This record gives sequence, C-alpha cells and structure tokens, in this order.
Amino acid sequence: MNSFPSPHLSWNVVTDVRALLEYPFMVQAFRAGLLVAVLAGVVGWFMVLRRQSFAGHTLAVVGFPGATAAVLIGVSSTYGFFAFSVGAAIFISMLPNAGGSRSAESAVVGTVQAFALAFGFLCYTWYGGFATSIGALLFGSFLGITTSQVGALVVVTLLAIGLLAAIGRPLYFATVDPDVALANGVPVQALGTTYLIVLGLTAGAVSQITGALLVFALLVAPAAAAQRISVRPHISLAWSVGLAISIVLISLTLSYYYPYPLGTFVTTIALLTYLIVRVVRR
Amino acid sequence: MTAIVRLENVAAEVGGRRLLSDVDLRVDAGEFVALLGPNGAGKSTLIRMLLGLHPVAAGRITVLDRLPAQARQDVGYLPQRRRFDPDLRVRASDLVRLGLDGNHWGFPLPFKRNRTAAERVSEVIELVAATAFADRPIGELSGGEQQRILIAQALVRRPQLLLLDEPLDSLDLPTQSSIAALLSDICTNQEVSIVMVAHDVNPIMSYLDRIAYLASGKAVVGTPAEVITGPTLSALYGTPIEVLHAADGSLVVVGQPEPPAVHSDRHHSDGHHHEYDRDPRRPHSH
Ligand SMILES: Nc1ncnc2c1ncn2[C@@H]1O[C@H](COP(=O)(O)OP(=O)(O)OP(=O)(O)O)[C@@H](O)[C@H]1O
Ligand SMILES: [Mg+2]
Repeated sequence: MNSFPSPHLSWNVVTDVRALLEYPFMVQAFRAGLLVAVLAGVVGWFMVLRRQSFAGHTLAVVGFPGATAAVLIGVSSTYGFFAFSVGAAIFISMLPNAGGSRSAESAVVGTVQAFALAFGFLCYTWYGGFATSIGALLFGSFLGITTSQVGALVVVTLLAIGLLAAIGRPLYFATVDPDVALANGVPVQALGTTYLIVLGLTAGAVSQITGALLVFALLVAPAAAAQRISVRPHISLAWSVGLAISIVLISLTLSYYYPYPLGTFVTTIALLTYLIVRVVRR
Repeated sequence: MTAIVRLENVAAEVGGRRLLSDVDLRVDAGEFVALLGPNGAGKSTLIRMLLGLHPVAAGRITVLDRLPAQARQDVGYLPQRRRFDPDLRVRASDLVRLGLDGNHWGFPLPFKRNRTAAERVSEVIELVAATAFADRPIGELSGGEQQRILIAQALVRRPQLLLLDEPLDSLDLPTQSSIAALLSDICTNQEVSIVMVAHDVNPIMSYLDRIAYLASGKAVVGTPAEVITGPTLSALYGTPIEVLHAADGSLVVVGQPEPPAVHSDRHHSDGHHHEYDRDPRRPHSH
C-alpha cells in the first residue's frame, strides 16, 4: 500500500476512524496529538488564569527559528523547538516583572517575536529549502511523526504534568492572589519561573503538531472555554483537557480526509468551540 | 502578658529614602489598633514590615515573640488592594480556602474531600455574613462583598493577629460600620489582635484601644482621645490643626494636608494612587 485509496469521509464514524488507523503514520499522529492535547489543556488552563497568553505565544514563535536552526545544523527540529522555547522561557523569567503582558517588556518581547520569525526564515533560506516544509513548522503537520518524537512528547508531558501536580495548589494561589500568597509563605516568584519553563516546554511540544504560529489556539481556546463552563477548578480543568483532546482528534481526522493544513482545522475548531461556549454560557 | 506585636525604635526605608524613624508600638492580645496618616506616610510599608515582606531599616520588630517572617503562619493579612479582575473565574469560597491551605504543595484531588477544612471555610464565611454570595466568582462581587470575603480569608487560619490594610476602603457607610463591628467582635470574642490601616477613623473610633498616627516621618501612639487632638496633630504635622466634634460624636480634622477623619469618596485609578476629596471642611455625615 503505497498510495492513498483516495479517502473520503463517510457518515459512519467507526469505519472512518478504523480506516485511518490502518496507517501507522496516522496512529503515530494520534498518539502525538493526544499527548499534546492533554499537555495544552492543563498548561493552557493555568496560562489563561495567569493572563500569560502573550508570553505563551512568544515562547511558541521563538521555537520556529529553533526548529529551522536545528535542521540547518543537521538535528531534528524537535530539539530546536524545545531548546529555543525553554531558553526563551528562562530569558523572559529573568526580565523584571516577568511575564506580565501589560508590562513594559511586552514591547521588547514583541520585537523579539518578530525577530524570531525573521531569523527562522533566514535559516530556512540558508539551508535552501528543507525536506520538512516551512509550512509544517509554522502551521502544523501530522505527517512523518517519528517514534522518537512521540517518545520525547511522552517525557515532556509526564515532566510538565508531574511538575504542575506538585506545585498546582500554591501556583493557583500565587496566580489569583499573589499578595496574600506571598504573605502566606508561597514562593510566588519561583513558582512563576517554574511555570514559565513548563509553558516553554509545552509550547515546544505543541508546535510539533500545530506549528509554531498556531500553538496559541490550542493553549488558549479550550482553557478559556472551560473556565466559562465552570468556576470549579477541577471541573474546568477536566473540561479544558477534554476540549483540547476533542479538538485535536477531530482535526487529525479531518486533515486526513481533506487536503488542508492541520493547523487550519485546529484553529477553526478551537475558535468555534470557544465561541459556542461564550454564547451558550452567558 | 506577652506582646503580640512589638516595635522598638523602628525605622522604615523605601528605595533608600527614610520614611519613618523611631517608631515604638506594642500591641497586646485582643487589642484593636488603628494606623492612621496621610497618603504615603508609610502605613502599608509598616504592615509589610510586620509580615517580614519589607526589611527593617533600624530597630527591632517582633511578632508573637518571633521574627516577623517566622510568625506568618499565625498572622492573617488583607492587603490594600485594587478590585479583582471582573473576569477572574474563581469562586469566592475557593479564595477563602486558599487562605487556609493554599500554601501546601501538591494538587488537591477532587475525590479526597477534606471535611474539616470545608467546614472551617463555611464557618468563617458565615461569620462575615458572606454565605449568600460565597459560590459566585469573586470578580462578579461588589467591592463590599469582596472585602467581606477577604476578611474571611484573613481569618480562616484562626490567626492571633490580623493585619488589615484599609479593609473599609470603598465601602458604603452602613457596610463600614457593620464590618467595624464585626472586627471588634472578633477582637473581643476570639482574642485576636487587630492592626488596621484606615483613612477614616470614625467608623472604628468607639472600638479602638489605640491609634498610631504616622506623619512627617514620625509616629504618635496613644488612645484615640490622646492622639486625635488639636495639639498632638499640630505637633506631628508642624502646622496648626483643629479637631472638631460633630453633633453625632464623629470627629472632623481641619487644617492638615489630608483629612483622615473626613469621609472621602476616593476612586481607584490603580493600587497606589487615590483621588480624594481634599476639602477638610466638608461635613461628616452618618
Ligand atoms: N516599591 C516601591 N518603590 C518605591 N517607592 C515606594 C514603593 N512602595 C512604596 N513606595 C513609597 O513609599 C512611601 C510609602 O508608601 P506606603 O504605601 O507605605 O504609604 P501609605 O501610608 O500606605 O499610603 P496610602 O494611604 O496611599 O496607602 C510612598 O511615598 C511610596 O511612594
Ligand atoms: Mg497604603
């Protein structure tokens, strides 16, 4: 089987899904997508609560030059995404008043974002065109996800979720009420830095599915919708993960049957989900 | 009786600038003490020093016979604050709960209900008469409702000392007096000491044991009758100041840069700057 049997979507979901799971590359894509969705659902939930969407977007965009530079020096783009996103997280957390989107640094960070895109494209031109298309790095792709990539995603997901499980409660406190949290002995600053690094890891991971530019959609939309659905932290966190998983699974299925970039489906469905929740829950 | 709070020759500095010097203050168990003074006098700074969040420039502070930072577990704090973001999707009762165990590591699991903690939270919410709105998102509550929730949050760990930075800020007069009465009740019935920053002394006047009045880098400490007098305040500010007694028993301070004893309808622009009514002759009404 070396060519697609010109797939088309029937109304029988079971047959549709079974059909696409016959291809190892689709199974691989679903594995990676699931991991990324869980990660984005949990980490994005804190990001929305902390009002750090801008930082999240920046960390993702910075991954792009990381990915192109990695390919340029001959290593997997996976490492590039992670190295640059996490590096940027550490850098931003060292700026005074770290991560606040309203802070004066937002101008600096915005400029860095633009520079990151330009530099990433420069690496791409130097290399003279990649096997991996630039479109995939920016807008996402589900083709050719390797076993080692999935392995890296497993490690990152476990690490990030494990860290958040350990610091979840004080991080929540430091997020909603930093003054009182500090007075109650919560290390507000250190938690902020830790969270930003987790966000960098997540941005690097999600980039591999949605592309660097569209990470944002998967981090923000499910979490923001979930926080509309319930004010109870456990329930809204569960919704956030559930919505993220649904968005990714539906997008992967659709992008198998229709010849459009994965990122288009992810962002469209994410936006629709958020809008529907906004309309219904108000 | 050991002192709950003891300040000896304390000096405060912010950004290398000396704000206060030679402050002596002692607060005993169950005492209700007000910190008064004009904007920028250093009231919030002093509160933060009592929490160990701001360094002591000179002198010595002990809280519950410990260094301030080591006494935090037994201190409840209500910061001077802006309102919560109207979009903040956090239940008021969850905010109170965070005051109880928000500093514990881990992530609370939904199926492991902690009955004693939940009971303590609803008990303290009931104490501040906030049960009716405790399950709503904090951002949707009015300023007075938020303030009640925050007082509950400060009380939830059964602290021995409450540090309240303008808890009556932006509340209407009936709410001001009911919260003042509530605080005094907590003071006497639960043996909790309160140090409270206020801009208007009148709602709490009858409950106060002592006043520390900060101005011009100095502090005058004494009973309300000793401190809120023309001669004392004139000496503190270095300009002639008069204290008038209104018919309803409230005090009106006349002639100083900012009138602390007059209600001022202040509006927040942000956490640190207030617009306030600067007319000292405006009559005080209840
Ligand atoms: N982080 C800071 N950096 C520099 N100066 C500060 C800082 N925080 C406070 N100050 C200054 O210290 C002084 C005292 O501030 P503080 O907040 O203690 O005053 P306050 O008595 O509480 O006033 P208010 O009635 O307005 O709350 C002010 O002049 C303020 O400008
Ligand atoms: Mg203050």
